[in-house]
Amino acid sequence: MTAHPAPPQAAARGMGAALRQDSALKHATGEARFLDDLPEPPGLLHAALALSPVAHGRLAPLDPAPALALPGIVAVLRPGDIPGRNDIASAGSNEPLLAEGMVEHAGQPLAIVVGMTRDAALAGAAALRPEIAPLPAILSLEEAIAREAWVMPPQEIRRGDAAAALAAAPHRLAGEFRAGGQEHFYLEGQIALALPGEDGEMTIHSSTQHPTEVQHIAARVLGCPFSRVTAVTRRMGGGFGGKESNASWVAAAAALAARHTGRPVKLRLSRKADMAATGKRHPFLYRWQAGFDGTGRILALDATLAADAGHSLDLTAGVVFRAITHALGCCDVPDVALRALACRTNTVSHTAFRGFGGPQGALLIEDVVHRVAGALGQPPEAVRARNFAGGENGAETPYGQALEGALIRRVWAEAQRDADWSARRREIAAFNAAHPTLRRGLGSMVLAFGISFGQMHMNQAGALVHVYTDGSIRLNHGGTEMGQGLFIKVAQVVASVFGVDVDRIALSATSTAEVPNTSPTAASTGSDLNGWAAHAAASAIRGRMAAVAAAEWGVPAEEIAFAEGQVTAGGNRAMEFGELARLAYMQRVSLSATGFYRTPDIHWDRAAMRGEPFFYFSYGAAAVEVAVDLLTGEHRCLAAHLVQDCGRSLNPAVDLGQVEGAFVQGLGWLTCEELWWDAEGRLRTLGPSTYKIPGSRDVPPVLRVRLLEGAPARSETIFRSKAVGEPPLLLATAVWNALKDAIGTDRLDAPATPERVLMAIRGG
Amino acid sequence: MSRVTLRVNGEERSLELDPRTTLLDALREQLQLTGSKKGCDHGQCGACTVMVEGRRIYSCLTLAVMHDGEAVTTIEGLGRPDALHPMQAAFVKHDGYQCGYCTPGQICASVATLQEIEAGIPSHVTADLTAAPQLTAEEIRERMSGNICRCGAYSNIVEAITEVAGRPA
Ligand code: FES
Ligand code: FES
Repeated sequence: MTAHPAPPQAAARGMGAALRQDSALKHATGEARFLDDLPEPPGLLHAALALSPVAHGRLAPLDPAPALALPGIVAVLRPGDIPGRNDIASAGSNEPLLAEGMVEHAGQPLAIVVGMTRDAALAGAAALRPEIAPLPAILSLEEAIAREAWVMPPQEIRRGDAAAALAAAPHRLAGEFRAGGQEHFYLEGQIALALPGEDGEMTIHSSTQHPTEVQHIAARVLGCPFSRVTAVTRRMGGGFGGKESNASWVAAAAALAARHTGRPVKLRLSRKADMAATGKRHPFLYRWQAGFDGTGRILALDATLAADAGHSLDLTAGVVFRAITHALGCCDVPDVALRALACRTNTVSHTAFRGFGGPQGALLIEDVVHRVAGALGQPPEAVRARNFAGGENGAETPYGQALEGALIRRVWAEAQRDADWSARRREIAAFNAAHPTLRRGLGSMVLAFGISFGQMHMNQAGALVHVYTDGSIRLNHGGTEMGQGLFIKVAQVVASVFGVDVDRIALSATSTAEVPNTSPTAASTGSDLNGWAAHAAASAIRGRMAAVAAAEWGVPAEEIAFAEGQVTAGGNRAMEFGELARLAYMQRVSLSATGFYRTPDIHWDRAAMRGEPFFYFSYGAAAVEVAVDLLTGEHRCLAAHLVQDCGRSLNPAVDLGQVEGAFVQGLGWLTCEELWWDAEGRLRTLGPSTYKIPGSRDVPPVLRVRLLEGAPARSETIFRSKAVGEPPLLLATAVWNALKDAIGTDRLDAPATPERVLMAIRGG
Repeated sequence: MSRVTLRVNGEERSLELDPRTTLLDALREQLQLTGSKKGCDHGQCGACTVMVEGRRIYSCLTLAVMHDGEAVTTIEGLGRPDALHPMQAAFVKHDGYQCGYCTPGQICASVATLQEIEAGIPSHVTADLTAAPQLTAEEIRERMSGNICRCGAYSNIVEAITEVAGRPA
């Protein structure tokens, strides 16, 4: 067996280089440490949760005796043991960490059992016998709508007069369909390690996308100032939105146990507990009416998008905002009324999931386009193109922000060309004519996805950069790494400011003690926000260093250049970057700086539901082919051609991986990942044996991903790049469309499992 | 408590453990070999894949005491950052990961997959059970289907394996 040296980083500098991730070698050799891999501190205790088996009911005070009777149990913590507030709500309030008096969903935590070992803690939790008197539970969207059970008031975006335009339209159609939720199944489950310190300090290592919220929620539960709690995150084994708010309560539970026992406590949820107790992507129910003309132009749309929020608000406000702002996708409809209902059910509180309501929103217009096309005997892609925003149609979304019609048309033209679309249509027609029991289908998707947090204040970021006197550089910022390549991208930004190799930049764990008051790494904004913040910090230091060099050489500071590890002026002056750092130090010049960034120009008027809430839009298009077995409903995606706009890509290797990964995840959501709750409201798909996640065989054998070329972002994004984390998930909508094309059905609920496809084929 | 001796990455390791301890927990908690990950603990995700006597196995689904005297190879035993196994080098080259949590298991399964094909062991998609299985992308995908990658890095993983397969030994 020959040993291989690590392949060198492609010219290890510069923006736009396809550099491998900072942890690449560590991942490939198992040296990367995830939280559960850290050496365990002496005296470590383990925690486990007792979860409610009932969806709704009155809870009697829990008797801890059955757990305490077992060996190795240290404590059973109940609501009364919480020194601060029993409230883990990330938005709104009154979402208890531990149920008190009332149980609101199956899987809700009731108590924390602390044991000498993890097995002891789990056995203790299993021994508890909660007494819950069941109450009627709301378990469906229909029931919640009928009872007007909301977690927040309905939202509506209107333009023109949808009712009048509907009445006046030459043709009308109505539709109803639903889309299921989605379990994140981050491969590393939820985990936190809390270490109590002096003077009431608490350090929490957490697998979280939002260290600042971990800090806040833990402090709220412990009843201490934020300054006493430090949240640290080196990396996550996947997040996908599932570790945005849900990681906070896991961390708070560990911190509570650590405070109570005075010892370090680790809480790692078992996969089953994780799936039972943490929120998912919001399931949606859609009802719409559309008016259109004979050319396929959609003139009016009145739609209700009902989201299953679960039992509490959590991040639902943002999810429904994104759903209705994305419900027209890349299309323009002149007269619209789009209503979002945030339904309260006795289910786990649904939460962020890659796309954050955007993918659910985009399904609406795709369903309408499919039905209009069917009614007119046109291909869906022609109807969609007929309604593309911009060009002959309006470019402005109903809430008042313009889309770039030229980019919409361009990504679609390129995807069509890549897939050789017309030729495939002909071949598929021939194939279908020759095969009685197999059907092939083509489907497409064109997306427009707005980038920025829907909550305006969250669009800010901080960074901290130190240059040491040997010329090495340490970088810290508020963003977290979950495999999306954020750390390498931000390091590339800093390296380019200093003109040094990226290897010179030491990356460090995200920590609330280094950069405070951060936003979650979410909404695809990680590199936009943190890249600019790091750029600001590095530029401040570079400016000071340039002044030192300028004085040393007696030249104007503007003539100082930083490149290839050197600092130069004109053709004849040069010194090593490290030498200049030493010189600056000797002259008592600070080599440390914080950087801050806030996204400019965005605004939103909540009362009018209008504004320009997004810094910019990302575009993309997909053309896919599927095959369906008419006898079984089984199907496969055979080929996918994807074109994604990433502006001027910061790192094409990272971005290509993100596009592909997002597509596969979207494919799972729309075709095979089915959450199944029983009649009592208990989730019964609690592991990958019953919850089907796309595997290596579910990825289309032909998967071609291309980044749109020569399309730098028009907004002032970092190096004119665009975000890539979420938008390409919407490309998988093409698979759903292709399945409908293959079997020629009007309605196909998602996920389009073989069972659903078969029912659709049989017209059931 | 039971005593068991494992040959882990070429080294004899004697352990005293509860007989119910899985091989995965023995590796991670007693030997501090934390490269093998726990994704589900139920034999459903592949994150814990290691090789025992040259065959891959879900280490969460087998007890350590069942492998007394046997050779166990984990990701740590395949190579290190300055001396990578060809499969590790190929994963790095082809970006066969994102978050990296499934990666040690994927790499162990990949190495074993190629050995299985070489040994002529057929899979579900092998058309001719009497002929030697071919090194197609379909074979590789089928044989790797027990290792979930939630980040969806499958295509790059297949490329990495294909490259190693095509390389003269
Ligand atoms: S941890 Fe062993 S298969 Fe998932
Ligand atoms: S790289 Fe994240 S699960 Fe595979």
